[in-house]
Amino acid sequence: MPEVMFRKDHNDKLIFYVAKKDLEETIASLEFESPEKWGGEIVLSDGQRYYLEPLPAQPKLPITLRVKRV
Amino acid sequence: MAAMTREETEALIQEVLEIYPEKAKKDRAKHLAVNDQGLEKSSKCITSNRKSLPGVMTIRGCAYAGSRGVVWGPVKDMIHISHGPVGCGQYSRAGRRNYYIGTTGINTFVTMDFTSDFQEKDIVFGGDKKLAKLIGEIETLFPLNKGITVQSECPIGLIGDDIEAVSKKAAKEIGKDVVPIRCEGFRGVSQSLGHHIANDSIRDWVLGKRDGDDSFETTPYDVAVIGDYNIGGDAWSSRTLLEEMGLRVVAQWSGDGTLSEMELTPKVKLNLVHCYRSINYITRHMEEKYGIPWIEYNFFGPTKIAESLRTIAAQFDDKIKEGAERVIERYKADYEAVIAKYRPRLEGKKVMLFVGGLRPRHTIGAYEDLGMEVIGTGYEFGHNDDYDRTLKEMGNATLLYDDVTSYEFEEFVKKMKPDLIGSGIKEKYVFQKMGIPFRQMHSWDYSGPYHGYDGFAIFARDMDMTLNNPCWKQIQAPWKKPAANAEDAQRAAGGL
Repeated sequence: MPEVMFRKDHNDKLIFYVAKKDLEETIASLEFESPEKWGGEIVLSDGQRYYLEPLPAQPKLPITLRVKRV
Repeated sequence: MAAMTREETEALIQEVLEIYPEKAKKDRAKHLAVNDQGLEKSSKCITSNRKSLPGVMTIRGCAYAGSRGVVWGPVKDMIHISHGPVGCGQYSRAGRRNYYIGTTGINTFVTMDFTSDFQEKDIVFGGDKKLAKLIGEIETLFPLNKGITVQSECPIGLIGDDIEAVSKKAAKEIGKDVVPIRCEGFRGVSQSLGHHIANDSIRDWVLGKRDGDDSFETTPYDVAVIGDYNIGGDAWSSRTLLEEMGLRVVAQWSGDGTLSEMELTPKVKLNLVHCYRSINYITRHMEEKYGIPWIEYNFFGPTKIAESLRTIAAQFDDKIKEGAERVIERYKADYEAVIAKYRPRLEGKKVMLFVGGLRPRHTIGAYEDLGMEVIGTGYEFGHNDDYDRTLKEMGNATLLYDDVTSYEFEEFVKKMKPDLIGSGIKEKYVFQKMGIPFRQMHSWDYSGPYHGYDGFAIFARDMDMTLNNPCWKQIQAPWKKPAANAEDAQRAAGGL
């Protein structure tokens, strides 16, 4: 259950950053990205998959959240 | 020698690795790579931030070095206690040449060494009482200090002293910040974790101090210079450029920086990051908590400076954008004169670098402005993200080496024959004795500043005076030189 910081980079791409693992990767797809549901399964551009318990609203980025490995 | 091809570079790596035992060879092979500009992610070609191999000579430092030496050390109005035996503090004292303004010993303390000087009895009975007493003594002797940090050395973690409790109690007594930092040297694989620990301690103990206090008057042009340690005055020559283009520099982290500047940083509009490696953690935190964006910049060499000034200006309104153009225009004649003078003397020379932090990639632009070519580079303690940023800066088929061992470095140099090497004091004399011009790129070889347009002139002069120094022709002993002609030989034999 790594702590992950979600942020937008200067190209407005969603970035997945885990400081402890030196992992900074763009998010290829996020299952739910609507204003009332945000999260679900995350696929990184290198193919790794994680799961984020969906949030009831779109969060203000950057934000640090706990995700599960799939 | 023409640039090496990909196959030649790969063959060189294999040749150098040949001497290692099987297991070591496998491990080290992951840290050596041939650059491929086509790659987006460095993790495909190079492994970094791993434990050094036992038995090889590495150039790395420790977590204490990262915290006491790099991040906290230059904060000038605080007293940084090296808590533990005396050596760690004394041997790292003032070595980084972080310049500052102030009266040392009165209101600034950067080049002084404060230590609890652990003895056997402190290890046996614990050093907490000694630390409390020490803080009291500091307060009496140096009343103008603005705060104290307690930088743990290895034994503190081993014997389990509670420096947090002592610090909290002392902070109440003296009414100033006392920041305990768990940066024991054995933590992590290099100084890099020390940077992270120091960043976290700033986050936990300093940054939130002025939350909810709006008495500080802000302007829309407030920025903070983050990750410039003012080595030889670097931060000053950067700061003047930013101020000339119309920005207001509220804080300098941490070269010539103060505690109150650090506390004010959450009020700025933009964080400008120079040394990404050592300070990105805190800027990411500020982005999350205070919504302050951050951008990286590079103030080595006119090409990169102009690029960076424009990127920074793009974050602001037209007034700043005009300011950036004005600054670039103003220094144009100066840097063109520098290039005109030194480029013919340095054109085509090959450079190999091995440094820490940001320099293995940031200085490449400055060398290229002088017509020089960087044929190999590497980081002491870089992570993946540093190499990601390096791939595009370096030419194709150039050599990348992570945490290079002294054996590998020497072999690479023998084979690639660079005209100049840029690394640290531990490498300097080895390569000078091999007859290769060398510059220390950690301390600028006691010169500097190298940042900004003013710094570029000094950079160019220094590279020229090292590379074209007549002493390199005198390296070989006269009796080992092949006789140029018969007359010389006769003269040498005493015949003429």
